Amino acid sequence: MFFNISSYITETLIYKNFILIFSALDETLLLLLISLPLGFVLSLIFALGRISKNTLISRAVASYIFTIRGTPLLVQIYLIYFGLGSVKAIRESILWVLLKEPFWCGVLALTINTVAYGAEIFRGGIQSVTKGQIESGQALGFSKIKLYRRIVFPIALRQVLPTYGNELILMVKATSLVSLTTYMEMTGIARKIMAKTFAPVEAFVAAGILYLFLNFLMVQLVKYLEWKYNPHLRLNN
Amino acid sequence: MFKFEKLVFGDLGWGDEFLLAMLMTLVVSVLSMGLGIFIAIFTAWAKLTYSRTLKFIASFYTTVIRGIPELLVIYLIFFGGSSLVMKIAKVFGYDGYLELNAITISVIAIGIISATYSSEVLRAAFLSIPKGQTEAAKSLGLSKLQIFYKILTPQILRHAIPGLGNVWQVTLKDTSLISVTGLVEIMRQTRIASNVEHSPLTFLITAAFLYLFLTTFSSKFFNFLERKTNKGYA
Repeated sequence: MFFNISSYITETLIYKNFILIFSALDETLLLLLISLPLGFVLSLIFALGRISKNTLISRAVASYIFTIRGTPLLVQIYLIYFGLGSVKAIRESILWVLLKEPFWCGVLALTINTVAYGAEIFRGGIQSVTKGQIESGQALGFSKIKLYRRIVFPIALRQVLPTYGNELILMVKATSLVSLTTYMEMTGIARKIMAKTFAPVEAFVAAGILYLFLNFLMVQLVKYLEWKYNPHLRLNN
Repeated sequence: MFKFEKLVFGDLGWGDEFLLAMLMTLVVSVLSMGLGIFIAIFTAWAKLTYSRTLKFIASFYTTVIRGIPELLVIYLIFFGGSSLVMKIAKVFGYDGYLELNAITISVIAIGIISATYSSEVLRAAFLSIPKGQTEAAKSLGLSKLQIFYKILTPQILRHAIPGLGNVWQVTLKDTSLISVTGLVEIMRQTRIASNVEHSPLTFLITAAFLYLFLTTFSSKFFNFLERKTNKGYA
């Protein structure tokens, strides 16, 4: 009985699509594994730039954030993939080694995009650290670097975990746009399957389930981090 | 690199085409936002009722749509939509080829995505109204409909404006994805122009500026709306 059911499931189109799209999961993950950590580090640096007392730096970062948040990610991806590729100087420079690959264009666009949103999130977190805590650090003779490493960043990062978690989920979804630069990740494969089988619903539902699963994992990760680093906010215990 | 002469109005440049494309983006955004709010009213209501089934349906809808990429939702509705429409038409006895036009499909797709965000905003706005107000209205003998129209709706709208402003920005940027349906909005026009002129950088930068223009001015508009509706409160 069970055997019949399982063989019936493996015969369905949606299951076959699922396996095919699953094999492209690593392409999606690779995009995330490079752009997320890079974006995280750069976001912190840009957040510091945004609140810098040097008006030149803070204005430059503010206008960067304004531009990126005001334009769709698709424009940014196209600008990097099609736009930069059309400039002769870039095609002849060393940068072309990376920029001719849709993968690295995707990584670059996703990183640039997430840094703009992440920097704003971290800025909010850093500014939410109360003055008393910074002053007590200064009173203890902490150097500026030590003050940030030991007091400001730990408090700020805990504060922004839920918001940054949202940004992480948006990033998982954003990777699907890289498929429009001919990079074959999950959405790209789904589209290819659709073109082959003429069964759009089965192809895109299979891909959708995988994205849902990926986002589910992301939510669990953020929840775990919140549980671990915000013990005072745990509901029971 | 950047060719200004390609952006003049008239037959020599793409200026007028881009202006029309920007209007198309604006129209699709406004319609999708409207459809989104319409769906969101029911979704938020379903989430706030006591019925478990309705609650489950509403949260299933918002979780699924927010958990999968917008591009996938658009593909699903664009490629899967017409077969669904034909199936429905078959039930009513029509047995031919049917296709929704690009603008309808785009508005439905973006509206469905936008509704998931709007519903959360509306729900939060509803919950921010103290219960005492509904109770006071009840004790004055107002009917349920009167309470909804005279007490709740004006306040929900006021509380929801900042949140809906954010949803509007996201919706506006999401419309860039509907270029895959072939509807000539800013992104589609950019692709067409770059293919003809072999100068993608020019048109992509133009597109970026048009989107910046739209987002900046709409955020100014929402700030104005917020100030206006908060007169005497803040």
